[in-house]
Amino acid sequence: MKSIIAYITEILKGIWTLLTGMKVTAKYFFTPWKHVTQQYPENRKTLKIAERFRGEVIMPHNENNEHKCTGCGICEINCPNGSIEIITKSLILEDGKKKRAIDQHIYHLGMCTFCNLCVKACPTGAIVMGQNFEHAVWDRSTLTKVLNQPGSKIMEGVKD
Amino acid sequence: MAFNIYDFTTLTKSIHEGLSSQFSPTATLAIEWTIVGLAYLLFVALFGLFLVYAERKVCAAFQQRMGPMRVGPWGLLQTIADFIKLLMKELIMPKNADKFLYNLAPFIVIIVTFMVISVIPFAPGLATFDFDIGVFFVTAVSSVGVIGILLAGWSSNNKYSLIGAMRSGAQIVSYELSVGLSLITMIILAGTMQISGIVEGQRDMWFIFKGHVPAVIAFFVFVIAGTAETNRGPFDLAEAESELTAGFHTEYSGIKFAFFFLAEYINLFIVAAMATTVFLGGWMPLHFGDFDSFNQIMDLMPGLFWFFFKVLGVMFLMMWFKWTFPRLRVDQILNLEWKYLLPINLFNILLMAAVVLFGLHF
Ligand code: SF4
Ligand code: SF4
Repeated sequence: MKSIIAYITEILKGIWTLLTGMKVTAKYFFTPWKHVTQQYPENRKTLKIAERFRGEVIMPHNENNEHKCTGCGICEINCPNGSIEIITKSLILEDGKKKRAIDQHIYHLGMCTFCNLCVKACPTGAIVMGQNFEHAVWDRSTLTKVLNQPGSKIMEGVKD
Repeated sequence: MAFNIYDFTTLTKSIHEGLSSQFSPTATLAIEWTIVGLAYLLFVALFGLFLVYAERKVCAAFQQRMGPMRVGPWGLLQTIADFIKLLMKELIMPKNADKFLYNLAPFIVIIVTFMVISVIPFAPGLATFDFDIGVFFVTAVSSVGVIGILLAGWSSNNKYSLIGAMRSGAQIVSYELSVGLSLITMIILAGTMQISGIVEGQRDMWFIFKGHVPAVIAFFVFVIAGTAETNRGPFDLAEAESELTAGFHTEYSGIKFAFFFLAEYINLFIVAAMATTVFLGGWMPLHFGDFDSFNQIMDLMPGLFWFFFKVLGVMFLMMWFKWTFPRLRVDQILNLEWKYLLPINLFNILLMAAVVLFGLHF
C-alpha cells in the first residue's frame, strides 16, 4: 500500500514540476515585447551598449589633445598575446633633463582578446575599454591602430 | 443542420458526376485518384513548410528570441528558401551503403505518412478513405514507418546511424503500445472504430468532455506517447548531436533528407489530427447537449476551420512540451513508458469500461 501511495505521489509531483516549467515558458511566450533578441542594424540609432562591454582598447584624450600615458610599457608586458607595442622617445625638458615619453602606442585590434589586463595594469589609467563593436574592415592592416593621437602630449601632473 | 452549407460532399459529388459524364468509369477513377493524390501532395508540402516555420517561431518565442526575421516580412519565406536550398544539394551516397535499401528508406517513411493522412477527415465530406477499422488502420500503418527508420540506419553503413535507428525503433515500438491503448480507451466510449462514426458520435459533445476523467487521462497519455512516437523533443533520443550526430538520417542529404524532415513534421500533424478527431470532435463544432442556440452559433464556423483550429491547438501544446521539458535519457524514456504510462493506461481502460458500463458518462 505504501509503495502505491509513493508511486502516485511521485507521478503527481512530476506533473507539478512540469507544470511549473510550462508556466515559465508560457510567460515568455505571451510577453513577446520582453524578448531579449534585437534586430541589429535596424536598431543602431537606439542601441544601448552596456558600460562594461569591452569593444576595443582606447586612449581617451582631453580637449587639449592630452592623454595620460607615460610610456612605461607595463601594458605591453601585461598583454598575454602581444597585442600592444610601446615605442618611446626621450624629450629634453627646459632644465636640460631627459624624460621618457610615448611616441607610438601601437594596438593590434585583430589580435586582442579583450581580456582587460592592460587596462587594469596601467598605473595612470591612460587606457580604457571602449564600447564600439563594429570593427569590420576590408584590409587587415587597418586593424593596427596607434592609440595616442598625432601631436598629442601627456597631461600636466601625470607622474610615473 | 446548419453546418451542411460547409459540407464538401456536394462539391466532391458534382466533380464525380461531371467526370463520369465525360469519361468511362475507369478513367474517372484514375482522374479522381490523380486529383486526390495531387491535393495531398500539395497539402503536405505547403503544410510542412508552414509547420517548420511555425515551429521555429514558436520555439523562438518560448526562448525569448525572434526566430527567422530576414527572408520576407517576419521571415515568412525562410522555409521556402531552406527548401530550395535542400533541393539543390548534392545527393551523397556513403561508401559501401546498401544502395537499394538506402534509397528505399525515405520513401517508406514518407509513404506511410501519406497513407495515414488519407483517413483523416478534414471537414464533412473531406476524407479519402473511411474504413470500418479506421483507428486500427492508423495505428497499424503508422507502425510500418519504423521499418523505414531502421532501414535508413542499417543501410547507411554508419554506426551512429544504426544506433540512432535502434533507439528510435525501441522508442517507437514501446510507445506504440500507449498510443494504441489510449485509443482503445476512446473506442470503448465511441463504440466504433470507423473514423466518421467517431466524429459523428461527438455531435452532442466532444469525447473529452463526454468521457470526463478517463478521457482526459487518455488524451494526455495519447499526446505524450504521440510526441514520443514522432521522435520529437523531449523524446528526441534518435538525434543526439554529441553522441550520434543526427541519428538515423545522418548520411542523408538533399531531397532524401527533406523527406525525413517533412515526414517528421507531418507525423506531428497526424498525431495532432488523431487527437483532434478522437478526443476533440474532429471537424465537429463545439456542441453541448441540448443548448440548441449555443450549438447553432458554433455551427456558423465551418468544419474545416474547427478542425485546423483544434489541430493547431494540439500542435501548440506539443511544441510547448518540446521547448519546455528537459530531454529524457534512453533508460528514462523506457521507464516512463513501461513503469508509468502503461499501468496508468491499463487502469484507465478499466475505468473507462466501468464508466461506460454504468452509464456514468454524459
Ligand atoms: S585587452 Fe588583453 S589582449 Fe587586448 S590589448 Fe589589452 S591585455 Fe592585450
Ligand atoms: S598605457 Fe598605461 S601602462 Fe601602457 S605605456 Fe601608457 S601609461 Fe604605461
